Amino acid sequence: MSRKIFVLCVSDSREKLQMAAMVASVAAASGDEVTVFFSMNAMLHFVKGRATEAPAEGEFGRLMAADKGVPSFKQLFAYAADLGDAKLLPCSMAVDLLKASEEDLDPVLGPPTGLTRFLSDAEGAQLFTF
Amino acid sequence: MSEMRIIDARDTFCPGPLMELISYMKRASVGDEFELLSTDKGSINDIPEWIKKVGHEMLSSEQVDGVWHIKVRKAK
Repeated sequence: MSRKIFVLCVSDSREKLQMAAMVASVAAASGDEVTVFFSMNAMLHFVKGRATEAPAEGEFGRLMAADKGVPSFKQLFAYAADLGDAKLLPCSMAVDLLKASEEDLDPVLGPPTGLTRFLSDAEGAQLFTF
Repeated sequence: MSEMRIIDARDTFCPGPLMELISYMKRASVGDEFELLSTDKGSINDIPEWIKKVGHEMLSSEQVDGVWHIKVRKAK
């Protein structure tokens, strides 16, 4: 039976984004209904002209950045959407604050969504925060 | 019987091999068979778990010279 899994991404650290993307991609590809909500610094990686490199928090982040065999978090989020129909939603507050237009947002993202809606949809389901 | 297709996911880390396999299987027809090559040790547990969960068929797995050869069939 498919589960509902909600992932809340707020950090821009490489380790946290990578782990969030791993959870989202594996769960979505395994048939779970996955929704990822991006806000705060995590949003910077999905807006044109903003962050490019995710800073490492520690040794693991540096190891992952140096090894070409580690799939990037952006690639894994794309897998989640393509292979498992995961919804990748930008926080509407973050989009407004960044003054980002629809064209500025990464095409992998769905429509800007409010926190109230996200929390309402996530009620009673598993929620992972990164 | 369809030909066994090889997916070379050597030198990629979790969940790279699984994602490679899934992207091929999603586009495949029922009955198609794949042999995944992986050097990621987690694959030997993760791939059978995924196959079981989504209802495909595990054919075999063996390690040869440090590379896992995992054979599966698309069942639905």
